[in-house]
Amino acid sequence: MLKLANVSKRFGGLSVLQDVSFEVPPGKVFGLIGPNGAGKTTVFNLITGLLAPTSGTVELQGQSLIGVAPHQITRRGIARTFQNIRIFKDMTLLDNVVVGMHSHLSYGVPAWLFSLPAFRAQEARAREKARELLGWVGLAAKASDTADNLSYGDQRKLELARALATEPRLLLLDEPVAGMNTGEKVELMGEITNISRRGYTIFMIEHDMRFVMGLCERIAVLNFGKIIAEGTPDEIKNNADVIEAYLGRDDEVSH
Amino acid sequence: MLEQQLVNALSLGCVYALFALGFTLIFGVLGVINLSHGAVFMVGAYGALQVVTRFGWSLWASLLAALVISAALGLAIDYFVLRPLRKRNAPHLIPMIATIGLAIVCNNAAQGLFGAENLRFPSEMVPDAQLHFLGVQISVLEVAIIVLSFALMATLFVVMRKTQLGRALRAIAESPKAAALLGVNVEGLFYLTSATAAALGGVSGVLIALYSNAVFPLMGQPMLHKGIAVIILGGMGDIRGALIGGLFLGFAEVMSVAYIGSTMRDAVAFGLLFIVLLLRPQGMFGKVLERKA
Amino acid sequence: MEWFESFWQVYNNLILTIGVNALLALSIWLTLSCGLLAMANAAFMGIGAYTASILTMNAGAPFPLALAGGIVAPTLVALAIGGPTLRLSGVYLAMATLGFGEVVRVLILNAESITGGALGLNGIPQETQWWHVLLALIVVLLILWRLRRSRIGRAFEAINEDAVAASLMGIAVNAHKMLAFALGAAIAGLAGALNAHLTFFIGPSEFGFDRGVDILTMTILGGTSGLAGPVLGSLIVTLLPELLRSFRDFRTMVNGAILVLIVLFLPKGLWDPKRLRSWFGRGAR
Repeated sequence: MLKLANVSKRFGGLSVLQDVSFEVPPGKVFGLIGPNGAGKTTVFNLITGLLAPTSGTVELQGQSLIGVAPHQITRRGIARTFQNIRIFKDMTLLDNVVVGMHSHLSYGVPAWLFSLPAFRAQEARAREKARELLGWVGLAAKASDTADNLSYGDQRKLELARALATEPRLLLLDEPVAGMNTGEKVELMGEITNISRRGYTIFMIEHDMRFVMGLCERIAVLNFGKIIAEGTPDEIKNNADVIEAYLGRDDEVSH
Repeated sequence: MLEQQLVNALSLGCVYALFALGFTLIFGVLGVINLSHGAVFMVGAYGALQVVTRFGWSLWASLLAALVISAALGLAIDYFVLRPLRKRNAPHLIPMIATIGLAIVCNNAAQGLFGAENLRFPSEMVPDAQLHFLGVQISVLEVAIIVLSFALMATLFVVMRKTQLGRALRAIAESPKAAALLGVNVEGLFYLTSATAAALGGVSGVLIALYSNAVFPLMGQPMLHKGIAVIILGGMGDIRGALIGGLFLGFAEVMSVAYIGSTMRDAVAFGLLFIVLLLRPQGMFGKVLERKA
Repeated sequence: MEWFESFWQVYNNLILTIGVNALLALSIWLTLSCGLLAMANAAFMGIGAYTASILTMNAGAPFPLALAGGIVAPTLVALAIGGPTLRLSGVYLAMATLGFGEVVRVLILNAESITGGALGLNGIPQETQWWHVLLALIVVLLILWRLRRSRIGRAFEAINEDAVAASLMGIAVNAHKMLAFALGAAIAGLAGALNAHLTFFIGPSEFGFDRGVDILTMTILGGTSGLAGPVLGSLIVTLLPELLRSFRDFRTMVNGAILVLIVLFLPKGLWDPKRLRSWFGRGAR
């Protein structure tokens, strides 16, 4: 589904990513982990077109994404949530999700100007779908509330619903459970599993190892801008390089 | 003669640079486009004029007075208007709109207090001796302006690049939250920056008043427009940019008056502004990335 | 009826001016709703005013054609300069539009043969009737109202809150900004054309910074949450100098003070549905 090949990114003299290559298989949950500052969010920014790679290729189902504007990349089927949550606080939850449907609404100027049937029908359908998506993440009851009063966990769920509204094939989740308590994490884990079962490909960045190991079917590990391992959760768990990157060199051998 | 024009351009450019420096400091450190900078410029000029005419102070003393008065005004503006907006995390445009309002209030207050006519520094106080140097003529006043401007800019440069204070200010310019976490007294430095920037503005006000022999309530407005052109030309938030941009604008204006005519003079700044925006929006030294919280 | 006729005799100019100002305030409201601060709208008003006036005076064009010219000309200019400038962050745009007004003013001053230079244009036929202004206002309000409820209006709101997040929702941010900018220019141009044929004289100084601040004050004072705000704001700001004669001299100063006070204490302006609901909603229990 998504393929990065030899991607490097430099900011001035600083090399943030070096020769990064991995593939996100379709229909599965893929995780990118690594210590803080390893460059994970930069990878997302490159994929969604907010940044351009210094070298290398980024392809979605064979089509290059380099040089494509962010809103076009979204229209091609990639949606994203943010590490520092960027919901629209002055809008209701429902409106937040409906915004995500922007590119799928196709009525023209006369339609909205004169409130023609096509306009009303599409808007109604959009609101219905938005409610449904809010239901997927358990926020249907709060649909008419303004988004500025939500709890942290609910804000993340809203971002998820909004991303789904863009009808993506690939969902990029940037630290989806950061700042949540255990109960919320378990809940979200279930919801992401459900979403995955519906056929979406999911690519997440996360720190919480238990969360990642429990959810992801394939994992890549990024350390200091380089991929040091890629494989199934079991393979990663036992990979010496990974253990060293996270825990430092094992000076004392523990049996 | 080209050399003569260059010399004229140098002094004019220095004043523009000084004004733009204050402007760009506030943008770089506080993240605010302070459109009342023209007003503190004007207040500096009037302040200096008042102490000269009322108390008979010398020109140098009046410069000092302008510095202090403008700094005080800049500080007051920051404390009473910009600070509450900071606390509220108001979006970019809001502080700018507030400073527009402040500028208007100041300009009209000046008009009410001092009248709308052009006032002048007493002619006996303004040095009019001319120096002849390598075939060009330069007045003592212009020399003083150039020397003073460069002295101030050099000081600022040294502070920003070589001192702990400068490092702290640059950290704030990158990200105030991160700087605060590092133990920097962000709020205190905001006050310092506002006061310093205003002081620079006030001093440039006096210099322009002497150079063009005019003090009037709306003198800050065209200056503001030029300041905007300078910092877009030189790159917003960058000190080198303000310096080079200011000199460049001075040069462009003098050249256009000499070879095209004076009616289009004010439009030169904007012509440049648009060309820069079209070709290289971040100016010479500016960064395109948006500032983090 | 007689009371009304004498009332109208005295005040019709004022009321029509309120209407024109409402259009201007709405034009700035539109750009603000998309996160743009367009101080250029005063300049667009000027372009519209001069174009329409030149069409009626020099080309003998019928009024509707002149109005059309007054709408089209600033729109074309907006489309031309919007391209490179709107791509930049809001701060650069605000700067550019501030400077743009000055450029237009200088150009008008220097194009004496067409625009009459500093002396302006005098003797513009007074074609504007009350129903022209009313119709224009109603049409513009209708368009903006419908726009808000469409996906375009939602996109504006999203862009206003967070342009990057909006682009990742599939919204073509630059295209939408251009729409807001150009439409705002069109409305400002219409207002200018109508106004020119009301006051029969226009000069370059009328479309500069002071006018831009005037319009901005109306919108900020009235409130940016909805369409009622700019209309309310234009009502108050236009009437204030009339009601308080002593304010007339200090008109600009009062505007400035209003800007500062509103920004500090009533950030959403007077017409803020949320705040009003919280005040009156409790009472309605």
